[in-house]
Amino acid sequence: MLDRTPMTEAIKTDVLIIGAGPCGLFAVFELGLLDMKTHLVDILDKIGGQCAELYPEKPIYDIPGIPYCTGQSLVADLMKQIKPFGPQFHLQEMIETIEKIGDPLFRVTTDQGKVFEAKVVVIAAGGGSFQPKRPPIKGIEAYEGTSVHYAVRKMEQFRDKRVLIVGGGDSALDWTLNLAPIASHLTLLHRRDQFRAAPDSVNKMMSLVGEGKIDFVLGQVTTLEGANGQVSKAIVKRNDGSNFEIACDALLPFFGLTMKLGPVTNWGLELKDDEYIPVNTADFETNIPGIFAIGDINWYPGKLKLILSGFHEGALMAQKAHRYVYPDKKLTFQYTTSSTSLQKKLGVA
Amino acid sequence: MANITYIGPDGTVRTVDGELGSTVMETAIKNNVPGIEAECGGACACATCHVYVDEAWTEKVGGPSPMEEDMLDFGYDVKPNSRLSCQIKVTNELEGLVLRIPERQA
Repeated sequence: MLDRTPMTEAIKTDVLIIGAGPCGLFAVFELGLLDMKTHLVDILDKIGGQCAELYPEKPIYDIPGIPYCTGQSLVADLMKQIKPFGPQFHLQEMIETIEKIGDPLFRVTTDQGKVFEAKVVVIAAGGGSFQPKRPPIKGIEAYEGTSVHYAVRKMEQFRDKRVLIVGGGDSALDWTLNLAPIASHLTLLHRRDQFRAAPDSVNKMMSLVGEGKIDFVLGQVTTLEGANGQVSKAIVKRNDGSNFEIACDALLPFFGLTMKLGPVTNWGLELKDDEYIPVNTADFETNIPGIFAIGDINWYPGKLKLILSGFHEGALMAQKAHRYVYPDKKLTFQYTTSSTSLQKKLGVA
Repeated sequence: MANITYIGPDGTVRTVDGELGSTVMETAIKNNVPGIEAECGGACACATCHVYVDEAWTEKVGGPSPMEEDMLDFGYDVKPNSRLSCQIKVTNELEGLVLRIPERQA
């Protein structure tokens, strides 16, 4: 289902949905019933947004008619529900620009160079895009991009460097294993000797430690020393409160993901508290006609950040979106229970 | 109800009533105790309701579950008496509980 269109050619779609969380997914259903085709873009490597990333196994009790489900099972069921409409997913991509080129028609680009032309844009981006979390180390900003990196783009840049990796999850372990042969010296630092990572990676890391190829050290970085963006050492606090130093040329902290609004702020949309996109409650359209916002990212008087509210918002949004996609068609309201035409679209009639 | 005392990083002491069955995080939020953010709303999916349990109480409160321990990896200045306050339920046994709030949340 993943789209493999070449980067330069614009992908034409009725509706582009930003965010593949529960609200973005259910919007596919409501838009699909009204014959609108959808493409979805999400920065995560999986479908489901916060439900998949933050609480796949956690219980949800407030979806109407579903007394109990988990984040993951809700996503799986939504995927089943929207399957008849053939949504196209573009994962691990972040929308960078939205430009109005028609009435309404939008040209939308991603950080991977993909281009979309959509009659309607629906922002269902929740708390924003998931980005690496900055660890709570004083003054770390001064080194970011120069000697502190939250992702590895080119392994070669760490050749013959003294690398300090901090964290205890899969990213920290994977990069420890990958960079061990390249770095002149590699230290993995974690606050405890338990890991949130694949046992196989932990075993491999431990055998590298056993062979004397890398160091594994317990503690937490408190401060960094260096100059002009170049880190020279990390001051590390042991669990007993005493301090020691680790000399390093590069620091790679892996502290999980956090949500940031990101490029949304550059699209000419009104914002509330620099955090939310104001919409009206008749159709959940923003201040730019043709751009809608549904789910946790929008704001209106009485707003509640509930999945069920996002579902409702998607249904009303689709009614207005239909006017942009099919300006000449009259929309008759129908129920899936009784309408043969809707049931045909769902593949059940 | 159980009395819970939160001591801020600057030494400010706040004692509030905790409703039995609610969590120490919820009690803090309800009473506007500063320094507890609880970004994820109590799902044990972040580490922004981090507290230090007073040494006299660590045994009664108990230690973190493996999942909570995983989340504490993201905390700031995590210590042996660190807990996520959304994972501590207010009970009669915790009447008088004393907690310290770290200098910052993750």
